Amino acid sequence: MTATDTHRAIDAVWRIESPRLIAGLARIVRDVGLAEELAQDALVIALEKWPGSGVPENPGAWLMATAKHRAIDLLRRGKRLERKHEELAREIEARQETAVPDLDAAIDDDIGDDLLRLMFTACHPVLSTEGRVALTLRLLGGLTTGEIARAFLVPEPTMAQRIVRAKRTLAEARAAFEVPREADRAARLSSVLEVIYLVYNEGYSATAGDDWMRPALCEDALRLGRILAELTPREPEVHGLVALMEIQSSRLGARTDASGRPVLLLDQDRARWDQLLIRRGLAALAHAEELGGGNGPYTLQASIAACHARARTPAETDWASIVGFYGALARLMPSPVVELNRAVALAMLFGPAAGLEIVDALTSEPSLEGYHLLPSVRGDLLAKLGRSDEARAEFERAATLTRNARERELLLLRAGACTRGSSP
Amino acid sequence: MRFMIIVKATKDSEAGVMPEEKLIAAMAEYHEELQKAGVLLDASGLRPSSTGWRVKYSGEKRTTLDGPFTEAKELIAGYTLIQVKSKEEAVEWARRFPNPADDGKEGEIEIRQLFELEDFGPSEAVERFREMGIAARK
Repeated sequence: MTATDTHRAIDAVWRIESPRLIAGLARIVRDVGLAEELAQDALVIALEKWPGSGVPENPGAWLMATAKHRAIDLLRRGKRLERKHEELAREIEARQETAVPDLDAAIDDDIGDDLLRLMFTACHPVLSTEGRVALTLRLLGGLTTGEIARAFLVPEPTMAQRIVRAKRTLAEARAAFEVPREADRAARLSSVLEVIYLVYNEGYSATAGDDWMRPALCEDALRLGRILAELTPREPEVHGLVALMEIQSSRLGARTDASGRPVLLLDQDRARWDQLLIRRGLAALAHAEELGGGNGPYTLQASIAACHARARTPAETDWASIVGFYGALARLMPSPVVELNRAVALAMLFGPAAGLEIVDALTSEPSLEGYHLLPSVRGDLLAKLGRSDEARAEFERAATLTRNARERELLLLRAGACTRGSSP
Repeated sequence: MRFMIIVKATKDSEAGVMPEEKLIAAMAEYHEELQKAGVLLDASGLRPSSTGWRVKYSGEKRTTLDGPFTEAKELIAGYTLIQVKSKEEAVEWARRFPNPADDGKEGEIEIRQLFELEDFGPSEAVERFREMGIAARK
């Protein structure tokens, strides 16, 4: 094995082991930032040693043992002179001397809880949304700062800064490394779900840049969602979110044409939809419903996605159910964006005029000002009604509003089609 | 990217001998790890080739051949489908796969990456494959 091969192998081990490593360490040192530093130190030692000695049989245990030694070293050398750390060092050492197997067993037993604590901490309310996203990908997704920076199209130093700031904020707020208690739990869990879905959406429909989507981010989010579903098997909305992401991912291969241009849902070649992911998504949705989550926001959205997934052709789509699900969603979390989607479904069920009525009402909605999908949908409905000139103007307006180059291209194409007087 | 861990058949698996409890437990534990890490997509064991059949082609002519088939090592007994970030990650997960044969016996797995047609440039032939729904997708 060459040195490069070993480095790549170590990267892979890191991706697999780092979340559990950081989570286990965070419980011992009660500081996520410090836990991550210790895990990084262990990684650096691995990078020095493994190219010579080979990757050990159980690399996770090796990294954990090394990190624990580092923790004791660091704290003992007094680099961190706080009394708390001094006590901690003694505590770790004492536990190691008296009951090494017990401690290791305890770490193994609790690792699921630790991961869950880490997830809640990374998505802590004291952090900005950006900070939560960065920290979650870094600590739980096993992504490097460079990878996260590239995914969000910001320079690496900016992302590094963001992560450092987030860790400092957690330390300063003395955010407890814990799974929140009942009263807080629902709100805190929804923050975790929000972060995961945000990552997913950034991948699924890149808000800026030259790519219409960045599938790697979708995979990262899906992986995080699947991990969370294992950690919180009784939470219906977690399964609802996983179902939503699995079903949406089933369309990734069909969402662009050969030249990379977006293909809209109803124009997609359904033979390209991934049946394995659809099956997984429908199973997760059924699970969410069994747990009584039929009315949660993610489960409702998954139910809508499932209606599309079950239809073999666009004509077979159960628009009546979709209208119903959007109605339920609108009652749960009234939002002009949900209303816009409901309008699209209504137009499919009762014709474009029915949808246009709602959309016209939304044009005076201040929160949708600058939202490119409003003129885009309005243009589509106007075109279907044969009002080509108005449709063209709306597509052009939508094109100036989107920040995504690929989407702009599609919108201008549709505007052009209106000029020729045909319905695009 | 997706990888398939293919478990090769053994004399025992071909004879329909159910694995020992210990092996079943090791397999369950391994797959639980995959599941917890969010990388498991699908997994299944296959019945012995004695319950299967082959269709042989010679030009347009096709002949059906019933199992069992010989050469256990060329047959498969099961598969595990994973979705990971890199080939190296697949290598690391595959390295942890338990010996699929019972205690002390020889077993073998083979790992293959699934095609992602997005890897190819646009071409008419690739488009046709896509329409046939053959491709693995992300």
